[in-house]
Amino acid sequence: MKSAGFSLRRLKALCWKETLQIFRDPSSNLIAFGLPMVMMFIYGFGLNLDSSRLRIGVLDEAMGTESHGFSAALQASPSLEVHRYETRDELAQDLVDSQIRGFVIIPPDFSRRVKNPADTAPVQVVTDGSEPNTAHFVEAYVNGIWQTWQLQRSEDRGEKLEPEIVMTPRYWFNPSADSRNFLIPGSITVIMTVIGALLTSLVVAREWERGTMEALLASPVTRAELMLSKVLPYYALGMFSLLLCVATAHWLLKVPFRADLLALIVVGTFFLLSVLGIGLAISTATRNQFNAAQAALNAAFLPATMLSGFIYEISSMPAPIRAFTHVIPARYFVSAIQTLFQAGSLWHVLWPDIFALIISAAFFLGLTARLTRRRMD
Amino acid sequence: MSEVVVSFENVTKTFPGMESPALDAVSGEFRTGLITGLAGPDGAGKTTLLRLVAGLMEPDSGTVRTLGFDPFADSAAIRGDVGYMPQKFGLYEDLSVQENLNLHADLRHVIGEARRESFERLLEFTDLKAFTDRLAGKLSGGMKQKLGLACALLGEPKLLLLDEPGVGVDPISRRELWRMVEDLVDRGIAVVWSTAYLDEAELCGTTLVLNEGTKLFSGTPAEISDPLKGRCFHLRQPGEGKRRLLTDALLRPEVTDGTIQGHNLRLTFRPSTKPFEPDEIGAGSEANWSPVKPRFEDAFIDMLGGGPPGESPLTARTEAIPLDGKTVIEARGLTKKFGNFTATDHVDFDVKRGEIFGLLGPNGAGKSTTFKMMCGLLVPTEGTATVVGLDLRHSASQARQRLGYMAQKFSLYGNLTVVQNLVFFAGIYGLHGKRQRERIEDMTEIFHLEPFLITPTESLSLGYKQRLALACSLMHGPDILFLDEPTSGVDPVTRREFWTHINGLVERGVTIMVTTHFMDEAEYCDRIGLVFRGQLIANGTPDELKQSVADDSNPDPTMEDAFVSLVTRREEAATET
Repeated sequence: MKSAGFSLRRLKALCWKETLQIFRDPSSNLIAFGLPMVMMFIYGFGLNLDSSRLRIGVLDEAMGTESHGFSAALQASPSLEVHRYETRDELAQDLVDSQIRGFVIIPPDFSRRVKNPADTAPVQVVTDGSEPNTAHFVEAYVNGIWQTWQLQRSEDRGEKLEPEIVMTPRYWFNPSADSRNFLIPGSITVIMTVIGALLTSLVVAREWERGTMEALLASPVTRAELMLSKVLPYYALGMFSLLLCVATAHWLLKVPFRADLLALIVVGTFFLLSVLGIGLAISTATRNQFNAAQAALNAAFLPATMLSGFIYEISSMPAPIRAFTHVIPARYFVSAIQTLFQAGSLWHVLWPDIFALIISAAFFLGLTARLTRRRMD
Repeated sequence: MSEVVVSFENVTKTFPGMESPALDAVSGEFRTGLITGLAGPDGAGKTTLLRLVAGLMEPDSGTVRTLGFDPFADSAAIRGDVGYMPQKFGLYEDLSVQENLNLHADLRHVIGEARRESFERLLEFTDLKAFTDRLAGKLSGGMKQKLGLACALLGEPKLLLLDEPGVGVDPISRRELWRMVEDLVDRGIAVVWSTAYLDEAELCGTTLVLNEGTKLFSGTPAEISDPLKGRCFHLRQPGEGKRRLLTDALLRPEVTDGTIQGHNLRLTFRPSTKPFEPDEIGAGSEANWSPVKPRFEDAFIDMLGGGPPGESPLTARTEAIPLDGKTVIEARGLTKKFGNFTATDHVDFDVKRGEIFGLLGPNGAGKSTTFKMMCGLLVPTEGTATVVGLDLRHSASQARQRLGYMAQKFSLYGNLTVVQNLVFFAGIYGLHGKRQRERIEDMTEIFHLEPFLITPTESLSLGYKQRLALACSLMHGPDILFLDEPTSGVDPVTRREFWTHINGLVERGVTIMVTTHFMDEAEYCDRIGLVFRGQLIANGTPDELKQSVADDSNPDPTMEDAFVSLVTRREEAATET
């Protein structure tokens, strides 16, 4: 029986066919090569959790040297874009219109009270509470500038005002506290998911829809060959994209990558196999491209964006959702790849994530194997 | 010398969600040395049987033996020796001809010298040598089909299963493929050719005829039509009003089936009855009977107990439109380009009130494109399409109120019930209240839809879906009816019934424009336009077209003969200039 058993020749022929199809199909091309680059740049430049240059308004009712000094300090801050106002009404109106994020009012008796050591000089800070994050930033910046300004003022007058405690924050792993440095590694998760789950979810379904699966099943192809011929080319494609993304992040977007290649390949392999498993299982079960794409979007893409900890902190989610994130492979990959980028190849930190990814890869590929049938009904 | 390679006994297969089995206790065998025709309308169970034989499915009960093995349990044992071409040929459209062949050669371990030889031989055989670098998706229907065949033939199978290879292919390519398959049979391969066209089955060495999952007949085509010997006649020169005459003839008890053949009627009589005097149905003094050879389709209808009654209840319920002899449909220099592909190329024709005009041609010839421009669904690149004097480019919606349209693919809402579909279509054509109720009652009665009113449309049989589609398109009483491939895939009895309705409408003055790739169906038309590669290559009555190609070797050509000759003539003329 010449046709029984596994044949390397058949597997090679099927993989070659799959490869040709990937390169010839414009939509595969776009998903595999175009989309990763677009997403890298969107997450790299478009999405930014740091708030820089907040627009605020300043109304100086004191019009004295002291108040001038303070408002000049505000203006000198790189974090604020300060606009001067003449009346309180204008300030309120612009805040309502979202023209400014907050405002500072220096009252008429400011100069007098600030000179009196027994008195305290009040400054009014109003912020837009509908965006609490930004509101906090405004408050913190103004506060900080106020402190520095006072310090500066004492020094100028020759008084040595030695503070008892000085807080000097240091950010480990991400010294510049730049959110890009953790967003870009996280975005690689989304890219890998798109390639792994979305692209592969279409391919088996497409074979059923076009009737080519029927022709394959009538040939001596075995189940193992059929499945491997879908996994291997897309694994190669996914790894290529992963390296491309890391290279782009490191050299083009200047996100430091501190791990070695081996760790990246190990982590990438098991995550990629998990998402490939999800995509293929969906595709094999639905046999319909539209349903497969819908299912892949909901089962892989959305969890990878929302529940992986890539943007939203898992630790701040409600307990049931936090528990649910444990079955999402993307969660482990996000944590692993952020470690790789920011901390390095710390194997003892990576092992739990790698272990979880091995289990999920085995589960989803096993599921695909169970669903793959050599029959039409 | 002929060897049984496949046998199956009492095979039954039911799919979940279907009421009746796809195959119900079917027995039979396939042999070497001849082409076995697996014939039957859509839904008869042809594909299911082929898949069972190829080991792609397991029967619920009964046994199948393919090349001495249980094809499902021992599938690995038969794979190498069974060539299988699924519907739509199973080709990778984004791979080239050579890449498709390479893939299938590798899958079947055709390597080394044998591989080189096979490629050489198959490319020669299929005439695809010049096209090895072309993507399969860019081949014509006929070439795709040949490539599909070549792929199925790699590894020298002993059994070749072809699932509807004749669909989507022009008659010339179909004839070519037929000759190739005959050649294979001579080399000792057993070939099974499944088809919904009964004229195709007629050419096979032996046939297995299925209908709704049961076996109707097995044997040679000659055996099938044997009981009809001496029962089929043409009524020649019957004078005017052939449709009325057919209706009257069908009302006579001795007539079991009848169709229109150009100017003539073709009738089947009950066993041991004689044709009546033509005068008795007012056929005129010129009319005379001439016996004709029974055909496969006559036999098929006879086995199902004869054709439908001749009088359509639709006739009485349709308001008569006075025949004013006016041209109601007109195409002038009609052209449609998609990119640099010209789907319709300067087509001209006229249709007069009360005529049936047919556009005949293979799939992909440009019929549907022309058709869609005529009912205002596509805007022509060049030229004009006029219906009842309205230019469709400017007053499409006004014209649409006057015309009914039945689309090629089932275009009703599958998850609505029959009555919901009727109400919906009545509503979009502006019928309300009492008028809507009456019209729906009429349609229900005419098309026998009462038992299915609250059935979801998707679970109707193909025949009933088609009836419902016709009912919906007639709801607003249009004076022009457009039918796009109305009967493809339905069984011949349902097709007869469909044409009975159409004839009834025409008698009341409704104008019909129809597209079809059934050569036979064209015989119902008053005039036919032959469409090939976007051009209208001939235009005339069915008899005129047939007569134009008659010669000594073929004094009584069929519509298909006419088509093939006219296309060949045209191509010869093109190469000369």
